[in-house]
Amino acid sequence: MPTRRELLQRSATLAALMAGVGVLPGIARADAAGYAKAAFEAKSMAELTRTLGLATPTESKDVAIQGPDIAENGAVVPLGASTTLPGVKRLMLLVEKNPAMLTAMFDIDEHVDPAISTRAKMGQSSNVYAVAVMNDGRVLYAAKEVKVTLGGCGG
Amino acid sequence: MTDPMRIRAQASGDKATVRVLMSHEMETGQRKDAAGKTIPAWYIQEVTARLNGAPVLSAQWGPAVAKNPFLQFSVKGAKAGDKVSLTWVDNRGETRTDEATVS
Repeated sequence: MPTRRELLQRSATLAALMAGVGVLPGIARADAAGYAKAAFEAKSMAELTRTLGLATPTESKDVAIQGPDIAENGAVVPLGASTTLPGVKRLMLLVEKNPAMLTAMFDIDEHVDPAISTRAKMGQSSNVYAVAVMNDGRVLYAAKEVKVTLGGCGG
Repeated sequence: MTDPMRIRAQASGDKATVRVLMSHEMETGQRKDAAGKTIPAWYIQEVTARLNGAPVLSAQWGPAVAKNPFLQFSVKGAKAGDKVSLTWVDNRGETRTDEATVS
């Protein structure tokens, strides 16, 4: 008859093994398949384009970044990225001074307008970029400075 | 179980503007609780939008998207009565899908 201690030790070992495999619900840290984790950890535009295998970005008047001049609440800053050009593959929103630059990226095809809006957290006043990756490989961007009066990263 | 997403899809011409408000903490993993322990990251990583079952938009998000994320986009070829559905998957593997009819 195993002692209570032995039973508890075996359960703990089993739980640890299961957690390692990611089977335990609620504790499993399973990133979505195909998620570009490294891109969401890149700290600079250069690192981001290198991680995603993109060409060097060039500024373009055909790409637009929408955002407030001054954001009262850095936890909820409305940002939009759009372009008038056809042949867009991807739109990205970047906040330069956030712990990681990439906020969101959207795969665009012929089903949607190349224009998306969302809300982002900004830790401090920073440049914000809308980046459009074109089907032909060009990477175009627009930049805007957004001042933040109350930072949104918490803590 | 999270709250349902609020999806509004309004047709105008041959497009529909879709506005979504999702319910999610979008925890960055940078905050600490009162005891000083870091609150683990918990955020939506993937979003897919479908029109009548066919994917029209997919997105990857990082933790910097604001809590209770808002998303707006315009889908082409949509008319009143079509079904728009949104699905998100977060870094814990949890997922949620909600649907709305284009008005």
